[in-house]
Amino acid sequence: MSAPRRPREARLLARLVRGGLLLALLGQLAWSFRPSSSQALTADESLGRELYLASCSTCHGIDGAGTELGPSLRGAGPAAVHFVLSTGRMPLANPGDQPVRQAPAFSEREIAALVAYVRRLAPGGPEIPTIDPATGDLARGAQLYLDSCAACHGAGASGDSIGGGRIAPALDRATPLEIAEAVRIGPGTMPAFGERGLSPADLDAILAYLLWLRENGSRGGLQLGRVGAVAEGLVAIVVGLGLIVLVIRLTGARA
Amino acid sequence: MIVERVVRGLDERLDGGSFLRRNLTKVFPDHWSFMLGEIALYAFALLVLTGIFLTFFFQASPEPVVYDGPYAPMRGRTVSAAYDSVLRLSFEVRAGLVMRQTHHWAALLFMAAVVAHLLRVFFTGAFRKPRELTWVLGVLLLFAGIGAGFTGYSLPDDLLSGTGLRIIYSGVLSIPVVGAWAAFLFFGGEFPAHALLSRLYVLHVLLIPLVIAGLIGAHLALVWRQTHTQFPGPGRTEDTVTGIPVWPRFALKALGLMFVTWGVAAGLGGLVQINPVWLYGPFVPYSAPSPAQPDFYAGWLEGLLRLWPNWEFHLFGRTIGTLFLPAVVVPGVITFVLALWPWIEERVSGDHAAHHFAQRPREAPVRSGIGAAGVAFFTVLMLAGSNDVLAAFLSVEVDTLNGVLTAAVVVLPIACGLVTYRICRDLRDGGGHPIARPGRARVRRTAAGAFEVEHEPGGPAR
Repeated sequence: MSAPRRPREARLLARLVRGGLLLALLGQLAWSFRPSSSQALTADESLGRELYLASCSTCHGIDGAGTELGPSLRGAGPAAVHFVLSTGRMPLANPGDQPVRQAPAFSEREIAALVAYVRRLAPGGPEIPTIDPATGDLARGAQLYLDSCAACHGAGASGDSIGGGRIAPALDRATPLEIAEAVRIGPGTMPAFGERGLSPADLDAILAYLLWLRENGSRGGLQLGRVGAVAEGLVAIVVGLGLIVLVIRLTGARA
Repeated sequence: MIVERVVRGLDERLDGGSFLRRNLTKVFPDHWSFMLGEIALYAFALLVLTGIFLTFFFQASPEPVVYDGPYAPMRGRTVSAAYDSVLRLSFEVRAGLVMRQTHHWAALLFMAAVVAHLLRVFFTGAFRKPRELTWVLGVLLLFAGIGAGFTGYSLPDDLLSGTGLRIIYSGVLSIPVVGAWAAFLFFGGEFPAHALLSRLYVLHVLLIPLVIAGLIGAHLALVWRQTHTQFPGPGRTEDTVTGIPVWPRFALKALGLMFVTWGVAAGLGGLVQINPVWLYGPFVPYSAPSPAQPDFYAGWLEGLLRLWPNWEFHLFGRTIGTLFLPAVVVPGVITFVLALWPWIEERVSGDHAAHHFAQRPREAPVRSGIGAAGVAFFTVLMLAGSNDVLAAFLSVEVDTLNGVLTAAVVVLPIACGLVTYRICRDLRDGGGHPIARPGRARVRRTAAGAFEVEHEPGGPAR
């Protein structure tokens, strides 16, 4: 017995659907090849566009206006794009994750290309700051750091928990440029410090202090992660008392 | 020759010989766990020595001065004379930093040893009649130690210590009716008052050390008079005491232990940073550092404050502030229960007899259970006092951690207490040690080439 033939109408419908899908696909292709602005893209921007479509557009939208998965990039600015990409905070594996520092997914050249493309796609926002930590005033930097940064990042830049389940990260791995960008853009719950509140010279001073701490923080010995009394208590009990108890245990009677 | 004549002369006039003979042959314990209190004694001696060194350089003055020392990040900043003197002590005085750090490490060792000693005495029932008074003196020493530590780390006038002082100030303020007056009386006015540093200084270098020295003296005099407890064993009875004589064995061993304690404290002081006040910066009233924890022995108080619900209520037209219960009432109740424990246990157990044998924890399952619950309670509170550091370390949300700790502070003591009670009771009733010593065989080869096997049977663990 041969298979029952499908009715004519059904075949027609299937053909229509198939045709429609093909048309939609072609349309999508044509749309993605459209010139995005009146000016032609530079080589850098084209590379950036390619990377953007592959890694960013799902959440931030093809036009950078954002989707329900991720915010609009308008007004984010090159400093923010460079910051999140060079610290590996973006791209996220899952849109709901909290961005944390990890190895960057892109090379420096690719990051520069993405910065260039997003600048074209969504203009505005703070530019990547120009920094010169070598000229920073150390004492001023220490005071500014203690007044404006230490309450969350810790007096020893060790990082700490802050409210709402967030963690202000330790500042030992970030490059000076990344720190400067974070200051200007205020990622996550961090407030943004504009140039009016914190001049470029102030920023250089803070960077100078943080870099100085990295080289000169070990006065007095091991720093125990610079987290203060928690680590000190642990060392006193486990190492200090532990050693002495070991001695009395070895030299004393046990029954 | 001369020494002999001097000694003989003194002996003939003062009859010192019999006094010395009586006391130099007095026996002292040899069991390792009885040395914990000694560690605290030697740490205290080191604290006095290093502390005297520090007083040569420290200035307890809030007067503003401009720092112009070698620590570059603070140069040109207006700080208090106290903070300035601590930076100078740390960076300019020869061996100043190692002395300061050794002093602080010795303080932590002192408190750690006091707590360990307290636990040993508690779990072995060594506080029982007739040694209740020794116990009370010990508990007073514990709290005098907390006071000494707190006033000590408040002296450098850095941001961290100022934050701690403000918490205490607020705690005093929260006492109903008299709070405001008491705070002004003790702190010399609105926080941060001008008189505060000099008061803390007198407390830290004069009053509290005198109190501690007096308490230690009385504590030891009682131990000397009443003799120590001992674990039961062959040839030991409730009426005799065994151990090693003060001279020469105990004294020389004690001297050795003193140098070990000092060596560990000095080693830590030279190798491991503690309380780096130059990182925290001078105290300014508008700021607070993070992470901000007290030294570990005050960690449970900090934990109480961090976990306590935000309760505020009104009684007789007075507001009972949020801080009153966790900062004043609960620590007060804990202090009283701890100090009066020997009598509480006597009353509840109905055991009014004198005891000179120390117990093994299994012999008093209820007490051991309560002790374990207490250890769990204070441990959870200490963790809660460091919740921000812990949350960052574990990469969890600090609010989640607080929830877990709030539950743990109730559940964990009960669980630990019950489990300990069961283990102790079963051990006591079972008699033996849960882990048996395995039997072994010794194989010996004779000169002729033959082998001899000697069996050694297993049995209860030693």
